[in-house]
Amino acid sequence: MKPIEIITQVLELIAALAAAPLFLGWINQCRAWLQNRRAPSLWLPYRGIRKLFHKDAVIAERASPLFRMAPYIVFSAMVLAAAIIPSMGTELPFTKAADAIALVGLLAMARVFLSLAAMDIGTAFGTLGARREMMVGFLAEPALLMVIFVASLISATTALPAIAENLATQHLGLYPSLAFTAVAFTMVLLAENARIPIDNPATHLELTMIHEAMMLEYSARHLALMEWAAALKLFNYACIGFALFIPWGISTGEGGPGTLLASIPLLAVKLTVAGAGLAFIETVSAKLRVFRAPEFLAAAFLFAVLGMLVHLLLGA
Amino acid sequence: MPLIQSPLSACLGLIALWGLIGLAGMLRPKSVGFVGRTLFPLGALCGLALAVVAGLSLAAPSEQITLVIGLPDLPMHMRRDALASLFLLLLGAASAGISVFAAGYFRRGQGTAPGLLCLQYHVFLASMGLVLLANDAYAFMVAWETMALSSYFLVTTQHGLAEIRRAGFLYLLIAHVGAIAILLSFGVMQGGSWQFTFDAMRGAHLAPQWAATAFLLALFGFGAKAGLVPLHVWLPEAHPAAPSPVSALMSGVMLKTAVYGMLRVTFDLLGHPQWWWGLVALTFGLFSALYGVVFAAVQTDMKRLLAFSSIDNLGLIFTGLGLAIVFIGVGMPSLGALALIALLYHSLNHAFMKSLLFLGTGAVLHSTGERNLGRLGGLIHRMPWVAWLTLIGALAMAGLPPLNGFVSEWLLLQAFLFSNEVPQPFINMLLPLGAAIIALAAALAAYVMVKFFGVIFLGQPREANLSHAHDAGVLERIGLVWLALGCFALGLLPTYVIGALRSVVEQLSGAELPSAHAPWWLLVPLPQRRASYSPVVFFLAMAAVVMITMFAVRLFYHQRVRRAPPWDCGFGGLTARMQDSAEGFGQPIRHIFSPFFALKRELPSPFDHAPRYAVSVGDRIWLALYLPLGTLVRRVADTVVWLQQGRISTYLLYSFITLVVMLGLVV
Repeated sequence: MKPIEIITQVLELIAALAAAPLFLGWINQCRAWLQNRRAPSLWLPYRGIRKLFHKDAVIAERASPLFRMAPYIVFSAMVLAAAIIPSMGTELPFTKAADAIALVGLLAMARVFLSLAAMDIGTAFGTLGARREMMVGFLAEPALLMVIFVASLISATTALPAIAENLATQHLGLYPSLAFTAVAFTMVLLAENARIPIDNPATHLELTMIHEAMMLEYSARHLALMEWAAALKLFNYACIGFALFIPWGISTGEGGPGTLLASIPLLAVKLTVAGAGLAFIETVSAKLRVFRAPEFLAAAFLFAVLGMLVHLLLGA
Repeated sequence: MPLIQSPLSACLGLIALWGLIGLAGMLRPKSVGFVGRTLFPLGALCGLALAVVAGLSLAAPSEQITLVIGLPDLPMHMRRDALASLFLLLLGAASAGISVFAAGYFRRGQGTAPGLLCLQYHVFLASMGLVLLANDAYAFMVAWETMALSSYFLVTTQHGLAEIRRAGFLYLLIAHVGAIAILLSFGVMQGGSWQFTFDAMRGAHLAPQWAATAFLLALFGFGAKAGLVPLHVWLPEAHPAAPSPVSALMSGVMLKTAVYGMLRVTFDLLGHPQWWWGLVALTFGLFSALYGVVFAAVQTDMKRLLAFSSIDNLGLIFTGLGLAIVFIGVGMPSLGALALIALLYHSLNHAFMKSLLFLGTGAVLHSTGERNLGRLGGLIHRMPWVAWLTLIGALAMAGLPPLNGFVSEWLLLQAFLFSNEVPQPFINMLLPLGAAIIALAAALAAYVMVKFFGVIFLGQPREANLSHAHDAGVLERIGLVWLALGCFALGLLPTYVIGALRSVVEQLSGAELPSAHAPWWLLVPLPQRRASYSPVVFFLAMAAVVMITMFAVRLFYHQRVRRAPPWDCGFGGLTARMQDSAEGFGQPIRHIFSPFFALKRELPSPFDHAPRYAVSVGDRIWLALYLPLGTLVRRVADTVVWLQQGRISTYLLYSFITLVVMLGLVV
């Protein structure tokens, strides 16, 4: 293991942990601007997490140990996912142990534990949220997997850094298959992160909510971990998107530490643009009824399958 | 010097021992203590020994002997090779756990007497062993039928109930339809030599269309045993009817004998598979996978849910088989080897995780007397051992890393990602799309497992009597722990497992496996592609991050915790009935996949005085295929029934007429 690899790995982890709430704050700020509201502070998510860590935890009487374990597992899964995804450099030693399929498995693990924890108390909202989360998940997960497979077929590998490296170092060719999968990926990102057409992160106690329904019984440090994990998840998804669709400027280990340093502001630019784009999508679209969510996700899945078919037909 | 002189004799000896243990049960048929405390643990030891012998002999050269038992001039041939060893290992290791559990499980004498049950159980085990060792069609069919019959008796343990007799009948019927197809397949494979030893079949040269016929017959016959759609109907009936250890044995082990038979026929007896056979197996496999998992998601009976999940998993295994045949048929044996590893790996995984889940439901059933998900809930508090061990099985079944279900899924998906290199136009474009169905089935399996575990073990108890539920006994716990450890070991040490599979895969595919120069902890299936997975590192990293997070939170923040009633939105009175029922949890699937189901819904009108809501999910294949077929058979039977006069003179007359007609034909 070369020192540059360890540096890249640690740098990516720290960047993800630190920047994930900021990314969320940025999206919220953009959204407020677009909706003619006074924008909240960029640092609000950090303050929220800090506040929650200092509160007393209130746990339901009939909660089992699973309920208290779940936030740690979900949070760790997201941290580990951040270690797999090449956001700045592709020289990540940990990615040998887990490729893109394992990444999808990791995200699935977080989802399963989140749903199980929501079912643990046995309230109406918890089970409702768990059921809906699994419904979104079982359609979004294969769509994400298909998106990754198209990129894997192009690059002949399922290792994410190798995919990003391959796509980044090729001449600027346009892959029609990647255009389809980019659409699919965006839809998956919105659905999996409880964003607007599927879920609304700003509502509470509404019959249509998904993610918040599962969070209802959590408080204090457990809730803080869960919210941080949700922010990390959004950050991770954005980075998966960058690695698959706009990997340019990522450090491939050949240029030395200079390119790694150069990739940091580049990532910041990408995140800024992506956050603004997400806020725009969320502003112009309306929340779908829960019944319509499967159609939205089935469309995402079919877009991804179509992308694969296009790749196999055209070889591009 | 090898540790054991002749593994084959050792295996046969252990199988015979199983038979003796079974017979010993008849000495004191009514004694639960003798049978449960002595014989079943002995059977488990026997299984463990078999697993050890088979595991040590995986790489040993094949050997065969001819037994003197059997009909005159028709001796039984036995042969042990790497393939047989692998499945004997599966049989021994899984049955060891199940038998220990069964020792604690058969406490009360209900239905069949314990001694008789012990006989049936051990004959079932022994016959499965003989199926794997048989080296001629005669011995194979005798063992196969013994297996079907002994398991039929086990399924109908509670023969007092009409629905269980009906389930048993359906099982027996489809088992025999399948057995006929297998028999016919052997008939085709002897290729005019009229020698029914497997050695003769290996040597026979069949015309392509006859080889294809034999393959398709075998696929039908073994597919019926494996529960491939549309021959799956017996599975969701027979599994819930049988006692839980028997369900575990049937689902975990017996279904794998069908996989064994398919591998034996395709790669060993026929030898040179054509690539399009693979497409047939692949299509049925993919369809079964999706069909099984979609139906599993809407079940309300926990054992039926697991039975449908078995259809899903066998579908995945047959998908791997199809992929292997395609790769080997078009001359890409190293990719075929990858698909074979995936399917063998998944067979091992499924044996452990499905047995674990079935035994978990057994413990729940034992303690609550309830199979309906809608009447369970909250058992993690009353039965922590069973709940946490079942959780391991459920997570493995959901295909989550770093447990074992993920490894085989990963291998299968890797194999699919190579399928665009198949040099057949059009096929190379359709095959990778199969990965989409695998991905969908895998994600749905997670849905099913969340429903399964969440509704049974989490939440509030849905019935008052659940507060008396007790945890499993010591023997039952040992059985569950053994299987859970198997799930962990298979998940964390894939390189060792694949190393053990090496000789089997090389025997089947004829390809030398490329020896990847990877360390022991890193799984690299094919070196030419940069894809690797290391469950050990993954697990350690996950554990480390969880520990660090916990430690950091403990260090920097106070640990104050208050217990309070759950948030009830200010209305008060959250009852257990407000949780999702099993039907409720399956509702999205019922909605999204409605074309799959024959739904019958009873909706109350606003003016009903006693409103009733009911929904039942029927199987379209049962309605569209089996019922018309059954009606047809009955109609034909009705028309020929007048032949049955019940007088001996009439039957003698029939014989006389038949003889005259035959004589006329011959002369």
